[in-house]
Amino acid sequence: MRAFDFAAPHDVAGALDLAGGSSAFLAGGTTLVDLMKLEVMTPEQVIDINRLPLRGVRQEPDGLRFGALERMEDAARHPDVAGRYPVISQALLLSASPQLRNMASLGGNLLQRTRCGYFRDVTTPCNKRAPGSGCPALHGDNRGHAVLGTSDSCVATHPSDLAVALVALDASVRLRGADGERTVPLADFYLRPGDTPHQENVLRLGELVTEIVVPDLPWAANSAYVKVRDRQSYEFALASAAVAVDLRDGRVRDARVAVGGVGTVPWRLPAVEAALRAGESHEAAAALAAEGARPLAGNAFKVTLAQRAILRALAELAERR
Amino acid sequence: MAFTVNGTPRRLGVDPRTTLLDALRERLRLTGTKKGCDRGQCGACTVHVDGRRVLSCLTMVAALEDREVTTIEGLAGGDDLHPVQRAFIDCDALQCGFCTSGQVMSAVALLREGHARTDAEIREAMSGNICRCGAYPHIVEAVKQARD
Ligand SMILES: Cc1cc2nc3c(=O)[nH]c(=O)nc-3n(C[C@H](O)[C@H](O)[C@H](O)COP(=O)(O)OP(=O)(O)OC[C@H]3O[C@@H](n4cnc5c(N)ncnc54)[C@H](O)[C@@H]3O)c2cc1C
Ligand code: SF4
Ligand code: FES
Ligand code: FES
Repeated sequence: MRAFDFAAPHDVAGALDLAGGSSAFLAGGTTLVDLMKLEVMTPEQVIDINRLPLRGVRQEPDGLRFGALERMEDAARHPDVAGRYPVISQALLLSASPQLRNMASLGGNLLQRTRCGYFRDVTTPCNKRAPGSGCPALHGDNRGHAVLGTSDSCVATHPSDLAVALVALDASVRLRGADGERTVPLADFYLRPGDTPHQENVLRLGELVTEIVVPDLPWAANSAYVKVRDRQSYEFALASAAVAVDLRDGRVRDARVAVGGVGTVPWRLPAVEAALRAGESHEAAAALAAEGARPLAGNAFKVTLAQRAILRALAELAERR
Repeated sequence: MAFTVNGTPRRLGVDPRTTLLDALRERLRLTGTKKGCDRGQCGACTVHVDGRRVLSCLTMVAALEDREVTTIEGLAGGDDLHPVQRAFIDCDALQCGFCTSGQVMSAVALLREGHARTDAEIREAMSGNICRCGAYPHIVEAVKQARD
């Protein structure tokens, strides 16, 4: 690990004063410390933000608000989350392990980096880590990579499960920087790789994620997260689906569908939602998830797997009623 | 920095790069906590910070000012083993033993968390601790014995 200075400010203003240049905020450290050991991330200054008052889950007029430093395990077990947004609770509990969920924050989860093996190995080229050096995954080991939103520069997935559930629910993130505060819908927060895969989101240098806001959606109580992976637990998604449905008399009135493990960003599927609203069969609707997919040599199976994850979630939700 | 380890206040001058795992093993000579992957992937380094189970290999010790750490060395009262340690021996829940201190620390926390009602719940809640010897069935038995 490269040497760095360490600071632990007590408030948001103190953290923002220190931030900028080659600094990194330390929340749970489960991404940052890992990538600093690998020298994929080499900040000159680490700012421990765990003393900032950015915890808790609370109901506000604009929806449910999560402090960016709330831990994954605590958020998942919160009664309002488990009861009213089971898709969030399930996405969190199907992530990582209990030890990691005790450490990891929600803000850090949204900002975690891809698990692409080339990105994590500084001895190989990688456009995301070293812009312009090339993308060995295009013709190399790409079984775990994305089929949606890819470019010729990068095909890495965004690994967060939480982000998939939040994108389905139209959540936003509140950001605070030297220039003040702003709110960005999570769907606009993430950037597809295009020619600039090193730019993963719209967060500015030194800007802090302070809160996550999930708007009210009464029928989100009927939601689920289905995750398919190489082992039964403690593994990232090959494909996952976050689904919520508004069912009346066995008919779908409205639906929210997003998929994970298959996209370069958490992937909302408005066409699938529209088909469900229009009364199409689950199968016909889920088939639309493949629109625009660009499978690589090793990951064509993900197209089918994502459709099946959606189907399983829909079936589970229909049965519950 | 100052923190508490197994009930004893400790002061350490540390390079900010030091992980809790390395501070425990190299500086405080508490070698019961094991280094498996050093990447957050195996659970061998599991300890408790303020009573919650975490991975010491991804924890920066500089961030632990005023916090309380419990390691496997802090579980027993002298020769009186913790009920989870006793259960691991009774159920033969280990082979090589490398993963065991992490398994025990995880199991102690799990019983406090209260998500050990069924075998399936125990397996899921213990999934962050890999056992290369495959002692999993006996580990589940040990957690149940300690629970009951
Ligand atoms: C073995 C393993 C398995 C995993 N499995 C899964 C899984 O199945 N599903 C899943 O979703 N995730 C998984 N993860 C990833 C894990 O969930 C993330 O590492 C974690 O959520 C990151 O949160 P953190 O608080 O530890 O972030 P940190 O590591 O502290 O920070 C991550 C990044 O975000 C920045 N940052 C953190 N907080 C803020 C903030 N408030 N404002 C601005 N910047 C900030 C940091 O500077 C850093 O760049 C796994 C991780 C490991 C090690
Ligand atoms: S897929 Fe993206 S992250 Fe992986 S090697 Fe290619 S450029 Fe790097
Ligand atoms: S040594 Fe920490 S998880 Fe493997
Ligand atoms: S007993 Fe050998 S790794 Fe678990």
